[in-house]
Amino acid sequence: MGYTIAEKILAEHAGTEVTPGQIVNVPVDMAMANELSAALAIKELNKWGIEKLADPEKVCLIPDHFSPAKDINAAGIAKVVHDFARKHNVKWYLEVGRAGIEHAVIPLEGIILPGQIMIGGDSHTCTAGAVNSFSTGVGSTDIAAAWATGEVWLKVPRSARLIYNGKLRPHVYGKDLILHTLKDLGTAGATYMAIEFQGDVFDQLPIWDRFTMANMAIEAGAKTGLFRFDDKTRELVESTPRYLVDQPEYHVAKPDDNAVYALERVYDVSDIEPQVACPFSPDNVRNISEVKDVKIDQAVIGSCTNGWLEDLRRAAEVFRGRKVADNVRVIILPGSQRIARQAFDEGLPQIFIDAGCIFSTSTCGPCIGGHMGVLGENEVCVSTTNRNFAGRMGHLSSEVYLTNPAVAAASAVLGRIGTPDEV
Amino acid sequence: MNIKGKVYRVGENINTDVIMPGRWCHLTDDAELAEHCMEDLDADFHKKISKGDVIVADDNFGCGSSREVAPLSIKASGIGGIVAKSFARIFYRNAINIGLPIFESPECVEATEAGDELEIDMFGGTIINHTKGREFTFAPFPPFMKTIIEKGGLKGWVLEKLGK
Repeated sequence: MGYTIAEKILAEHAGTEVTPGQIVNVPVDMAMANELSAALAIKELNKWGIEKLADPEKVCLIPDHFSPAKDINAAGIAKVVHDFARKHNVKWYLEVGRAGIEHAVIPLEGIILPGQIMIGGDSHTCTAGAVNSFSTGVGSTDIAAAWATGEVWLKVPRSARLIYNGKLRPHVYGKDLILHTLKDLGTAGATYMAIEFQGDVFDQLPIWDRFTMANMAIEAGAKTGLFRFDDKTRELVESTPRYLVDQPEYHVAKPDDNAVYALERVYDVSDIEPQVACPFSPDNVRNISEVKDVKIDQAVIGSCTNGWLEDLRRAAEVFRGRKVADNVRVIILPGSQRIARQAFDEGLPQIFIDAGCIFSTSTCGPCIGGHMGVLGENEVCVSTTNRNFAGRMGHLSSEVYLTNPAVAAASAVLGRIGTPDEV
Repeated sequence: MNIKGKVYRVGENINTDVIMPGRWCHLTDDAELAEHCMEDLDADFHKKISKGDVIVADDNFGCGSSREVAPLSIKASGIGGIVAKSFARIFYRNAINIGLPIFESPECVEATEAGDELEIDMFGGTIINHTKGREFTFAPFPPFMKTIIEKGGLKGWVLEKLGK
């Protein structure tokens, strides 16, 4: 029996044959945490009396959730993480100003490579599956254990194969494909599975849409969302700063032809229109033509889901020469400092500011109702982020609609949810 | 090992944003976590729970964020265990890792109401609903997970591995 991408990576790391359902202890290539999950992991390590990390070169710490520090508590947590990084000589401690949102930073810096295993103290760690790595979200105790021992226990997941074929209509992107998938599978449709995304549609789309889709694999309950390695992956991986310095070897994981999938879907996506996930679940998805007269107070464009350069370009295209509607606030969240720098090179922040948007620093703040754009009572937000559970972005009565960046930008101009064709 | 207590009943897709909202994710103290546990669902949750009580839930309990403060807050509130039709995977492993016992038994969930008296035999694989006079079973934990549970969480496994 052949292996899927996930099985191949796990078998190689475990040094044995694997079958779905089996529990294996595997060495991790990177154990990553943000300041919130790191603070709890550090507390655990201290309780356990662990003085020495297994390998500080395989530790990555990125403050991004309540960073830049939103208050004195958050500053205290960030300091715990900073001091820990310094004490243990952590290789990949990336300070505010040199990083951004963890999931956008990691693949673009080359911190994770194809064929590797990463665990992260954040559910959207699965984003890095876009570069053919087995990357999965865990909790702080798992992170502490991996920092101490260099290993993690993993149940070998069953795999799902989702195939997307067809020619996309205008203003339909990776975000719409994953929302369309969530409508089909539901929030538990791929629980404990490794999703493999395939299909000819990915030849038409830039690599950034793969990150958007891998990012939201968790919204279907999946353990990770994986893409095959191709020329687009190679071009990205081999242009990252780490690769350019070290040229580390990496081992691509290609699925076998006779691999076994527990779930298979073939989606013809030629006819789908932009998708909208309505309150209060990412699987409550409708076609945009079915979402009428939803007035908005705020639009958030960016995040680890849709804060990639191509996403900012798509939003800027809509905002160019136009103005944000009265009564609407727009927050642009580039995924990372690197992406923000590239956006400046292309003159995108100028377009956003001329239109009346905030061009924010990279932070998870608004997406988790933390800071820098929290929603008030009964406020409505169109957002390119990944979750819209009740209270996710602020007040329990506030509502979040998830869309792609072009639709979010058009909605900001219109003052209600709508498409770029309407502006 | 047995868990015995009254049932606190919830529905399906109880996500970690509801269990522990983002605004409290900076907390690490047990007492503070307990105070805010489930507050967006039920502001008096922590007052209603007695030590050993059991949450009974429908499908996909704990979906969403990987925040470990979600299971930690439930444990800190005094909950002895959770029985659900199914769990989201990150929540599942976090609960095992921190020593919060969790069990999948759709039959038990179907037959159980708020306030029922439950008794769970963790390694015997049975759940008795004393109020309804019925007994249910759940699949035994795989050996590795059983080891972690017996050690009270992942800590014991780590210390043993490091020879501490």
